[in-house]
Amino acid sequence: MTAIADIPEAPRAVRRPQIGNPVLRWLRTNLFSSIPNGILSVVLLAVLAKGLFSFVQWGIANAVWVTPANDSSACRAVRGLGACWAIIPEKYRFILFGTYPFDEQWRPALAVLLFIALFYLSSRRALWRRELAYLWIGALALISMLMWGGILGLSFVSQDRWGGLPVTLILATFGLAFGFPLGILVALGRRSKLPAIRSLSVLYVELIRGVPLVSLLFMASVMFPLFMPNGFNIDKLLRAQVAIILFAGAYLAEVIRGGLQAVPRGQYEAAEALGLSYWRKNRLIVLPQAIRHVIPPLVNTFIAFFKDTSLVLIIGIFDLLTTAKTAIIDPAWQQFSVEVYIFVAVIYFVFCFAMSRYSRSLEATSGR
Amino acid sequence: MTSDGPRPPPRRRFFGAFGQRELKGLFWQVLVVGIVVAVIVFLWSNTVTNLSVRRITTGFAFLGREAGMPIADSLLAYNPRDSYLWAFVVGIANTLRVAVIGIVLATILGTVIGISRLSANWLLSRLAAVYVETLRDIPLLLQLLFWYVLMQALPAARAAWRPIEGVFLSNRGLILPAIPIGTPQLWVLGTAVLGLVVFYVIRRRLIAQQMRDGKPRPAWPFALGLLVVLPAAVSVLLGVAWTIEWPELRGFNFVGGLTLAPEYFALVIALVTYTSAFIAEIVRSGIQSVPRGQWDAANALGLRRSFMLRQIILPQALRVIVPPMTSQYLNLTKNSSLAVAIGYQDVVSIANTTLNQTGQAIEAIALIMAVFLTISLGISFFMNWYNSRIALVER
Repeated sequence: MTAIADIPEAPRAVRRPQIGNPVLRWLRTNLFSSIPNGILSVVLLAVLAKGLFSFVQWGIANAVWVTPANDSSACRAVRGLGACWAIIPEKYRFILFGTYPFDEQWRPALAVLLFIALFYLSSRRALWRRELAYLWIGALALISMLMWGGILGLSFVSQDRWGGLPVTLILATFGLAFGFPLGILVALGRRSKLPAIRSLSVLYVELIRGVPLVSLLFMASVMFPLFMPNGFNIDKLLRAQVAIILFAGAYLAEVIRGGLQAVPRGQYEAAEALGLSYWRKNRLIVLPQAIRHVIPPLVNTFIAFFKDTSLVLIIGIFDLLTTAKTAIIDPAWQQFSVEVYIFVAVIYFVFCFAMSRYSRSLEATSGR
Repeated sequence: MTSDGPRPPPRRRFFGAFGQRELKGLFWQVLVVGIVVAVIVFLWSNTVTNLSVRRITTGFAFLGREAGMPIADSLLAYNPRDSYLWAFVVGIANTLRVAVIGIVLATILGTVIGISRLSANWLLSRLAAVYVETLRDIPLLLQLLFWYVLMQALPAARAAWRPIEGVFLSNRGLILPAIPIGTPQLWVLGTAVLGLVVFYVIRRRLIAQQMRDGKPRPAWPFALGLLVVLPAAVSVLLGVAWTIEWPELRGFNFVGGLTLAPEYFALVIALVTYTSAFIAEIVRSGIQSVPRGQWDAANALGLRRSFMLRQIILPQALRVIVPPMTSQYLNLTKNSSLAVAIGYQDVVSIANTTLNQTGQAIEAIALIMAVFLTISLGISFFMNWYNSRIALVER
């Protein structure tokens, strides 16, 4: 007897005879399978060709790539016809590192490389062990040392001179490093049997998720000083970091809660039967399974969160987007903001696209 | 606990009927609530001292004072002598104007792109995929600034682009021909809305009758009568003039027509394109979640493609689509607060100005939060109602 799966699928349409060369055949099945499809393909090709042509004309053929330092006259001559990529070599140090002392900029550059190495190592499944947590602590400490300095002969650089890409990476990474444990606690709290703890967790998550991040950042920048005792003042960057951690915690908590719900009841019961305490049960049995379930949505939350750090622009913190916006205030270069925004968009895109590819590959191999 | 559940472990009784487990639970709750209350009391007392040091009076009395801030682009009539309260209302209207239009356009664009990704046409599905990947991986604020810069780089009013007759695109924004709406026009529109409600009731009765005897009863004559003939008749009877007001360039600016300011236009474009990328993915996964057998069965029955999509595929796909769509709508609404970065005066931007003018930080931020929580609850309430209507009825 044949199993149902063995019955071949009914052919969807009569196949056209497969003759001719493979290129024509490919074109026929993928672009010209019917008359409306053919018309659509031709129209799309025309639009695409036109778009590509004008982009090449603007971005490559008519573009100005280098100018003498601080002289934008060559760019202004081609304004509207060609891009002025010369603004990038002119301004890239400011866009990437902000007002960090010029001679010390190797330090934030090294910090960025450390961050990238840290992300890369964390993405390797074979390395998901306890040592990775120590590596994180060590690397974050090293990055703080590089950025602040003040020891080992490095000159001290105060936080208000930090800027650009390192600030974006710091806000995102520290936001995750603290938001993640917070999210775990809140997710556990939301599923707790204790009514007071459960309602506090629900209140926290719903309040934070119900309002825009902008309002949380305003709160951090305007209201935080009101909350603190007189004379106690913490830096603007740190205040924004706190807002971002609280924000990340609420969103991560919901993702983790989804994972907790996917752990079968039998696992909880088995852990209880072994006589494990609440914390040991969760740490050893439940959480590892729950988090494994939600790794792809976690990575997607990281992407959203990485992009959202750019909102600190609104309260005037010098992250990558703010330095880009500041770089074009210079009157000589004011008209070439599109080029700068494209440059910064590419940087964001590279980080986010790498993460989304990674999330896709995890989804494909999940269950293994 | 039911009888077939695990047997509860034997309890050691320390305090009469109180088990150790309850005691532990109570301890943790008291501890956590105690910490939260202590932190709140600490922050509260600091705030009270700080406010008295800075001589800021708390309360919402400032809402009655004259706002004095200019609002360039507003749906409701406003002038700087109006109160802060009215300025807030104008800001809320501006936020809703962005959110409602944004949600409608993003849904349409997202659905088109999501379906395009599934197209048999290789070029179309590839272009849709590139669109989704690119827009999703660039921060919205960056896209917003980008569109705003492009809007400012448009030619001046005198050299405005005219893509079609009566439409102008310049650094003053997008100017469209419009029909001025006054009281007589509102009467006609009111009739049409009433007609829509009556039509809805009639259609339900027709469907109920068809359920009983199986005879199809066309609803379109009622639609024609209630939605077209009736409003037209009212329009003729009242002698309402539907004149189109064409914008024209006079001096340095445009007169007449509907003006979409560059800030508003940039904000709507950025929100719509960004959100549509996410909606496209939701629509795609929703359609893909409908089992192949459903398509095959519909094909085998020889149904027309539009009928098949409308009656078989979409109702099933919607069950998967609606819940994540709700969060996208909420995201779009919350993201409209980025308006403050380009100077479109939504409720956040107006609250921010108020905060700087009056120093009433707590009240201003509380107002922002209250407005967004209300909007969020409203959207989720509506979408949950819709979701429960279309959800699978399990028998």
